[in-house]
This record gives sequence, C-alpha cells and structure tokens, in this order.
Amino acid sequence: MTEPDMLILRNVQKTFNPGTTMQKTALSGITLTLHKGDFVTVIGGNGAGKSTMLNAIAGTFPVDSGDISLNGREITHLPEHRRAIFLGRVFQDPMTGTAASMNIEENLALAIRRGQKRGLRWGISSRERALYREKLASLELGLENRMGSRVGLLSGGQRQALTLLMATLKKPELLLLDEHTAALDPKTAEKVLRLTNQLIQENGLTALMVTHNMKDALALGNRTIMMHEGNTILDLDAEQKRHMTVEDLLAQFEKVSGRELSNDRMLLTR
Amino acid sequence: MNFAQLLNQLPGAVAQGLIWGVMAIGVYITFRILDIADLTVDGSIATGGAVAAILITQGVHPWLAALIAFLAGMAAGAVTGVFHTVMGIPAILAGILTQLALYSVNLRIQGIGTDLGSRANVPLSINKYKNMLVSLRNVGSFTLENPIWLMLLITAVLIGLMYWFFGTEYGCGLRAVGANPQMARAQGINTNSGKLTGLMISNGIVAFCGALMAQYQGFSDVSMGRGAIVIGLAAVIIGEVIFGKLFRNFALKLLAVSIGAIIYYLVIQIVLWLGLNTDDLKLLTALVVALFLAAPHWKTQVRIRRTKGGEKL
Repeated sequence: MTEPDMLILRNVQKTFNPGTTMQKTALSGITLTLHKGDFVTVIGGNGAGKSTMLNAIAGTFPVDSGDISLNGREITHLPEHRRAIFLGRVFQDPMTGTAASMNIEENLALAIRRGQKRGLRWGISSRERALYREKLASLELGLENRMGSRVGLLSGGQRQALTLLMATLKKPELLLLDEHTAALDPKTAEKVLRLTNQLIQENGLTALMVTHNMKDALALGNRTIMMHEGNTILDLDAEQKRHMTVEDLLAQFEKVSGRELSNDRMLLTR
Repeated sequence: MNFAQLLNQLPGAVAQGLIWGVMAIGVYITFRILDIADLTVDGSIATGGAVAAILITQGVHPWLAALIAFLAGMAAGAVTGVFHTVMGIPAILAGILTQLALYSVNLRIQGIGTDLGSRANVPLSINKYKNMLVSLRNVGSFTLENPIWLMLLITAVLIGLMYWFFGTEYGCGLRAVGANPQMARAQGINTNSGKLTGLMISNGIVAFCGALMAQYQGFSDVSMGRGAIVIGLAAVIIGEVIFGKLFRNFALKLLAVSIGAIIYYLVIQIVLWLGLNTDDLKLLTALVVALFLAAPHWKTQVRIRRTKGGEKL
C-alpha cells in the first residue's frame, strides 16, 4: 500500500539572471513526488540545483514555470510566509534559522505560532515554558536551563539543534533540511543528524534533506535522489539503497551524467 | 553666562530632553528593533507639530490634538512603508522622499484657514490657549504645572505601552522581522507588513512628540524637525553606551533612551555655557553621533588586529 502524495513538483523550471552573462539554469523542468512519510535524502555536485529546489518549494523566489503542490494544495504562487504554515525549515548557516538577539524561549514561542494569527495576547505563556523545557531537555544540550539566554550566545551546533526543534515544534507537513550539518564540526554534525533522524521518526514527518555526505545520504531515509544540472538523474528506493555503497553511487553518477561528481564539500568529507 | 544662569537652564534642558526622549523611543523602534534608519522622522515630527498647532488654534483640546497628530504621523510612516515594501525603494531613500514631501504637506497643514493656504509658522501662545499640556513658561515652577511632571508620566506610560506591545505575539513577530527577516518568513511572518506596521507606530510616536514640542515651545514651525533623526540617534546611542551593560530588560532599554535624550540636552546646555556658538551645535551633534556610531566598528577592527598578532606566534 502506498501513502498518499505529500509533495508534487511538476516540470519546475528556474533560471537565475536570465538574459545576462550570469545566466544560470538552476532547475530544468524537475518533476518529483514525495509520499506522506517519505524521508528523502538529496545529493549532487556543485550547482546541481539541490538548494534551489528546496528554496523553490519554500517560496524564497518565484519559479519560472511548472507547479508545486503540497498535500493536495497548489502552492506555486503562495508567498514565502504563507507557505511557512506547512513547512519546517533548517538552513545551512546556523545563523539563518534563529533570531540571535532574542532568547531561546522567545524563538521557540515564535516557532510554535507558525501559521497562527499573531494577536495581542502575551507572547509566551507559562504553560508553553514547561513544554519548551521538556523539549529542550530531550536535546541533551543543557539548553533547558538557559531558556532566557540570547540565541546569539549559543554555538553553531546548539543553534542548529534549536532550529530543528523550532521546525518540528508545530508539526510541519514537510521538513526541508538544506545541508543543515555542513557548517558544523564532524562530531556536532553527527549529533545533529542523529537528532534529525529521531525527530523525523518520532513525529512521522515527511522530509527532504540535502546533504553533501554520501554515507549519510545512503544510511538515512527511505529514498535517495541524485541531482545534476537542475534535474534528478537517479532515484533510489529503500531496497536499492540498502545494497548501495558510496563507491557504487559515484560510479552510478559517472555513468548517468557522463562525468565525475564534483562537490567541494564532499571531497573534504569522503 | 555665569554658573547660576547655567543652573537656571537645567530644568529646561531636562524638560526638552524628556520631550525629545519620546521621539527617540520612536526612533529606537525603527533603528534598533526593525533595523531600519528611518529618515521620515525629520518630517513627521513637524507634521505632528503642525497638526496639533492647527487643531489647537481651532479650539480642539490639546490631548485630542496630540492624538490626531499621532494618527497623522502613522500615515506618514505608512507612506515610507509603502515606498519601501510595495515599491522596493531602499529604506533610507524611502524615508528621505517622505521627509521631503512632508515639507510641502506641513506648509499646507499650517496654512489651513489662512488666505495663502500655506504658512511656515503657527504661534501657540500659552496666554491664549491656557489648556495646553506643556509649556516652557512653567519649567522653572515648583507646581504641578511644571511640564517635567507630565513628561515623566507620558514617558512612563509610553515605555509601559511599548513593553506590553513588543511582548505580545504580534510584537514578538515584529522583533523577529528586525532581528532576522529570513527566519521571520520561515516562521510565517509577513516581513513587509511588519515593517509597515513598525514604521507607522514609530512615526506616530514621533509626531506625538512633535505635538508636545509645539505646545512646549509655543509655536509650530515647518523646519522644527531638521536634524531630529540625529538627535534621536544620539539619545539612543548615549543611552546604550551608558546603560548598555546595566539594562538588559526591554523597558529599561527604552528608559535608557529617554535618559540619553536628557543627557544630550544637559550636555548641550553645558557646552553652550562653555561658550559654544548655537550655530555650531548641529555640527557638534553630527560629529559626536558619528563617533559613537563608529565605536562598535572600531572595536571589531581592534579585535581583528589583535587576533592577527596572536597568530604570528
């Protein structure tokens, strides 16, 4: 039995700086369907369009053509803040996902109201605080005792963990993870990745995770897609993933794309 | 000027500082919370003065006049907000455009009821309009008529209101818009409408200050806002430099802004007493604000140089 469709990208195209020397086709008619509960890892070389795809779904910019639907809803022309109602997002840069000058509990309070009307009630209730304390404790970073600290004082790993918590505090229909461990040291990256997997499993989330680490891409999730020049060139299901090694994957890439996979970050982590 | 005369001037400096402090709190909202340097204020403060002065001369109660001035300021802020968000004009330029346009608008407002239909100055004598809220005539008195008392009350109420507003769900969202717009959008906050609201509230407060100022000085003048943004910034920065380490709470930070404005006017009185020509005041103010604005930049430069030295090992 297959789950219902959660995300459908239909022939989505995006070209940056059209008509200039900087012209770059980032998405070249990509079509992709995610079922409810899918945890899809995305890999690909430099400029393959991985981040662009995530940003197109999130509404950071309008796409040139094609359409995007989420949980049966057409969202192609919805502005970014309206799509946010359905989406949880974690960015590559730990600075992006949180407000540095606000404290931990204020950031969480902003996140739990994602998609709700923000009125003139007090910004944080004491009932919420208990929930935040409990959720923060589950991160095992000691943040539950620092709820009044400004987020700017936290380390990159702590900020990413907090952003993950914020993205899932109010259950999103789709979780978008854009190389969210790339800026972290290996040990912290592993910790954040474990937390990511745990949150996705516990909440039964549908997720799309871009990663530069092929091992992680194969080990996590129930599906892996590889992108090249703005489109998918490889789509592996859970069964295929199980029998695939990083070397196999690289060989596959060369076969399908006709060239060697180049990804600056990947070279460093292999 | 001898020392006794200086002492005589001080209550006036405090009252003036408290009035400008109201404007500085408005500036704080855009400059520190929304991270926008909004130059609309030079125009909207005069708009507030013009609206209040005209209404008071027409027999409207000064409180009501000040409230309407607040609304006029909000409208001015909305214009800048639309320039910035809908028309995509950089915030600084959007503010300059509104400020310029307001000069004409303010002449017209002040000209209401005159034959020419435009006027640079509206006199507001306390002898004629006895129910005015504040007047510099009473600044030396020890009665409740002294404008310092009412200004203290207004400042306290304003800080309380702002503390409440920026603590609400909506206000927290506004703070997020200034702190990290990308994060705000990812949390479903419309950053454009947030900026618009913030600009409106800020300029409303600034115009309210203009209404008080016109009553205090006994006239409204079309150029009374010249350099207001710099005085507002000076108040914000002085407050932060002196109380930054001490005041962490939002209400206290606003209080620091108000105290910063008072200190600014006290310092002005002292340098005037020391013999500075009034004509050179704006030059001095601009240079002092430039120095204070440069301080955080220089601090990081020093830090970078120190780390470089450390790596030479």
